[in-house]
Amino acid sequence: MNQEDQSHEDPSPQMPEVDRSLLHELVAYLRDNRTELREEWVARITQAQLLGVMTPEEIFSEVTAVYDNYVDALETGSIETLQAYARDLSERIIPRGVETHEVLGIVLLLRDVLARALFVEYQRDADLLNRILDAYEPAANRIAVTVSVSFVEERERVIREQQEAIRELSTPVLQVRDRLLILPIIGVLDSARARQLTEQLLGAIQANRAKVVVIDITGVATIDLTVANHLVQTVEAARLMGASAIITGLSSKIAQTLVDLGVDLSMMRTVGDLQGGLEEAERLIGHRPTAKGSRPDAAAP
Amino acid sequence: MSVAILRQGDYLIASIQVDLSDSQVLELRDELSERIGRVRARGLIIDVAALDVIDSFVARSLGSIAITARLRGAETVITGIEPDVAIAMVQFDLDLAPLRTALDLDEALSLLDRLTQGAGEDEA
Amino acid sequence: MRHEVRVPISSDADLVPARAEGRALARELGFSQTDATLIATAISEIARNIVVHARSGELVMTGIQQPHRYGLVIVASDAGPGIPEIDTALERGHTSRRSLGLGLPGARRLMDEFEVETDAAKGTTVTMTKWRARDELERLRARRRERA
Repeated sequence: MNQEDQSHEDPSPQMPEVDRSLLHELVAYLRDNRTELREEWVARITQAQLLGVMTPEEIFSEVTAVYDNYVDALETGSIETLQAYARDLSERIIPRGVETHEVLGIVLLLRDVLARALFVEYQRDADLLNRILDAYEPAANRIAVTVSVSFVEERERVIREQQEAIRELSTPVLQVRDRLLILPIIGVLDSARARQLTEQLLGAIQANRAKVVVIDITGVATIDLTVANHLVQTVEAARLMGASAIITGLSSKIAQTLVDLGVDLSMMRTVGDLQGGLEEAERLIGHRPTAKGSRPDAAAP
Repeated sequence: MSVAILRQGDYLIASIQVDLSDSQVLELRDELSERIGRVRARGLIIDVAALDVIDSFVARSLGSIAITARLRGAETVITGIEPDVAIAMVQFDLDLAPLRTALDLDEALSLLDRLTQGAGEDEA
Repeated sequence: MRHEVRVPISSDADLVPARAEGRALARELGFSQTDATLIATAISEIARNIVVHARSGELVMTGIQQPHRYGLVIVASDAGPGIPEIDTALERGHTSRRSLGLGLPGARRLMDEFEVETDAAKGTTVTMTKWRARDELERLRARRRERA
């Protein structure tokens, strides 16, 4: 686990001060009744139709590990081991499609199963029951929060990772015909992606000897100053290589944004839609009055 | 020789062979200006593919070569700017508009043909 | 792998080896072709700054490693008269097009980190860093492989 992944961690991962002897009693009880309580928990999970993507054997094995870590956390007051396990578990179950509400559900079910068991065990002594619950609840809440947060953080990390993977795999520069490229930009344009698209586009211009590139931004919802300037720079860089760029699909909202931001659009050739852009591109490419072999000797006197 | 200058009809083609120092860039500027007048060139192509870096000084010098050449009666087209060099060039707050560009020598020649035939349409 | 390269600067001709050394070191350190070009361009600008403002000085280029990332630090130092009004000099496009004032702001945009210390008595030191862009991606890729 990387250091930055720990950043959300509470500076003091200790649980609130409680009566240690009561906690010892509680932990001993949970250990003595491990088999029954664990089975009860699995039964409740199945009943609530949680973790449907996992087999009963898998559920049982994970439940056992979480249960033991849970009891250890209650005993030691330290949630670090449980937290590490929760992260590891999340990493394994997220790719299989386990949802946040399921994780929250099973954690709350365990809390409920244990609380009910404690109630049954100590119901004859109301005073002791109260003190046991006082010791149990803050610790149990803390544990529930830790497991849930670990899951959500892991899920966010996976999403970021998938975004990177998609970004990396996308090769959106299309050759329409000889010397004409289209770069359809879809989705969120941030600085890193804009930079990557520029490199791809310029490389494709060189590889295809492109004369015109149509950059279609119909699929871009919003744009900020950094990205707008990047777009202007991309058009200019394409021109330096000898290719004309045409921007199409500029929504009125983005056009207004660009004007408000004061982006210099004087060098930009824009056409309303992709079809119009392609027609304009054809016109530019067709505009080659002299054949390749023609030499200045043939030029005007 | 660090720059090969060839004459082809009414055009001069300056092909830079190695990375140039600032002084060599200025020498090239003077040399080209003088040659344009001497041979009455109507077009100038500068191939910069051998330059690994075009920094603010070189970019500005290319612009001033183009402006000087025009005053001497020749249009200038720069060719051979690599993708990564182009990405670096646009980071500078330079007015690169005076630089006409073409992807390669063939394109540069046909652009010059167009420019010097008086059609005067500026596309690149 | 070399980790430190020193290039003395005393005339505009020294910019040529400075750019070449910078590019070579960047490639050795695993920077992409594009990043190596951006680095070489920035080096060219700060080396020219030495020639113009102080006549002579030195470039020191060093590969550095931090947890999860590699970088290249370039320090350009001279004992010249310093750059007056450095903050203005670093502002984008403050100078006329014909002056040399475009170099430093340009170099700053090409790098990830950029600092100038300048003093009429001690001269000028420019410190600039670029981080390898691929490191974050490779870390993610390695994790994907581990899991697969």
